[in-house]
Amino acid sequence: MHTSLLLEMGAEAFPERVAIGTLENGVTYAGLLERARGAAGWFNTQHLDTVVFIGLNGPALSAAVFGSALAGKPFAPLNYRLSDPDLRKLLARTAPSVAIVDDDMIERVRGVEGVTLLSRTDFAAACRHVDYQTAELAEVDPDIAVLLFTSGTTGEPKAAVLRHRHLTSYVISTVEFMGAGEEEAALVSVPPYHIASISAVLTGVYSGRRAVYLPSFTPETWVDVAAFEKVTHAMVVPTMLGRILEVLEKRNERLPHLRALSYGGGRMPQPTIEHALKLLPQVEFVNAYGLTETSSTISVLGPEDHRMAITSDDPAVRRRLGSVGKPLPSLEVEIRGPEGEKLGPGQAGEVYVRGEQVAGEYLHRKAIQDDGWFPTNDAGWLDEEGYLYLEGRLDDVIVRGGENISPGEIEDVLRGHPGVADVAVLGVPDDRWGERVAAVVAPREPAPSVEELSEWVRARLRSTKTPETWEFRPELPYNETGKLLRRVLKQELAEAASRPRSD
Amino acid sequence: MNLKPGSRWKSSVCTAEVVVVKPPKGEVSLECGGASMVALSEQKPEGLAVDPAHASGVQTGKRYFDEETGIEVLGSKPGAGSLAVNGRPLQLREAKALPASD
Repeated sequence: MHTSLLLEMGAEAFPERVAIGTLENGVTYAGLLERARGAAGWFNTQHLDTVVFIGLNGPALSAAVFGSALAGKPFAPLNYRLSDPDLRKLLARTAPSVAIVDDDMIERVRGVEGVTLLSRTDFAAACRHVDYQTAELAEVDPDIAVLLFTSGTTGEPKAAVLRHRHLTSYVISTVEFMGAGEEEAALVSVPPYHIASISAVLTGVYSGRRAVYLPSFTPETWVDVAAFEKVTHAMVVPTMLGRILEVLEKRNERLPHLRALSYGGGRMPQPTIEHALKLLPQVEFVNAYGLTETSSTISVLGPEDHRMAITSDDPAVRRRLGSVGKPLPSLEVEIRGPEGEKLGPGQAGEVYVRGEQVAGEYLHRKAIQDDGWFPTNDAGWLDEEGYLYLEGRLDDVIVRGGENISPGEIEDVLRGHPGVADVAVLGVPDDRWGERVAAVVAPREPAPSVEELSEWVRARLRSTKTPETWEFRPELPYNETGKLLRRVLKQELAEAASRPRSD
Repeated sequence: MNLKPGSRWKSSVCTAEVVVVKPPKGEVSLECGGASMVALSEQKPEGLAVDPAHASGVQTGKRYFDEETGIEVLGSKPGAGSLAVNGRPLQLREAKALPASD
């Protein structure tokens, strides 16, 4: 099934309903389909294998996603935050292609061989041109819908392949067609090159929930737009939520129209979500776990789970606030050990997933197994009730004397200390234990002592999880998409550990 | 009928259209309003009407399935006829509502 059919169904059933933007001046379903047809008509006049998108969020994103689908070309949004040389290198890999580029970014990518540039202004004009809108569109077999370059922390970015069937299966199995009320509006603030942004375009039009775009995130503008547009739904990553809460408190704003806030894309610090639940009692919180390779969400901790966890005295229920909930009913999740054997409840291993939305494929390489199971490279475990707990990337798990130790758990505890602004916990080589636990701390003034932090962890976890090596730095290294460069830190610490001690 | 996933079919007797989500096991006849459906790109046969025994309708965005053959289709355009395979009515898949996560 084609992703463009999702829009065609909406446009057929509710042509006058607003799909994107404000209720007064937004683009209707019929209008969006016209623009997508215009885009496809123009793409068909060009020589291209791929449609590239380099720019901020906005209505053009939806037109470009559906236009590419109608023209039968993969849509590849690139990360405009990359350095110019990296961005150009990535763009060159898409040739022959057409790149829709924000007007103020076009100079950065001019002159890449095999790439036709189209400014965002010119793209908008092509979308509105009646000749392109009415051009005959040949029937195309649904194949690759989206190429997303994963922001790996090492090596060349990999191009994750999502086919039309993966994305449509995700949409129709998780979203009710036109199930949203006319007053509902979703605030989209994740950048276009993130899977959550692509899935928001698709689930948005299918659910009938009007999409309001925030071109570039700041917590202040997010709150401004959410209040002004009477936003009812939004998805944020954990760091965004912490900053949004600060603005809400400072302004004494509580966003009365906001009903549902979902979060994902990283580990949510427990204090942040507890604070959010108290500050916004009318809001339903949803924790969603998913990967680019799985067409977005594969497990969900729903509003009822949040309420039960926050009000429960039972530690097993309360800790669910730190889980990513239960797998979607449309797919299967298993935990497996190093030999590929299936593990039982409470046993940590690698998270495997199987289902129709799971692509598990990169350009020129399949990572999905022949039986449909996809190893996520995430470490985790399921509890007796089927709630999934994540421990970070498999390579990041510390193995100390045969015991698997999750860095995330220790980082959460340390982040709860008032003297810790940021922290990374990782394993460094150790002659006795194989690996030992090391912590790199960016302190707040006044900086806490090693003894104080060790005691803080030991009192809350146990002694084997207490870091034995400590380092203090003004800040931690991140890549341009905000992912911690764990491997860089690990290497630096390993090198420091192997040097002979001077004392 | 080559009912492969993603293939689109229209009713011979009403305005309904569907897209195949899951293919059936083995050869089946997909029907709407009591008559065989035709591929979207093909000509409809003329002079047929909705059989009153198969007239409970197709709705856009609803999924219909048959337990025995495993076929599942999604309504993409509404119509008066209802769906069946080999004369056996398809059942409506009651989707469990999931909280919005994107």
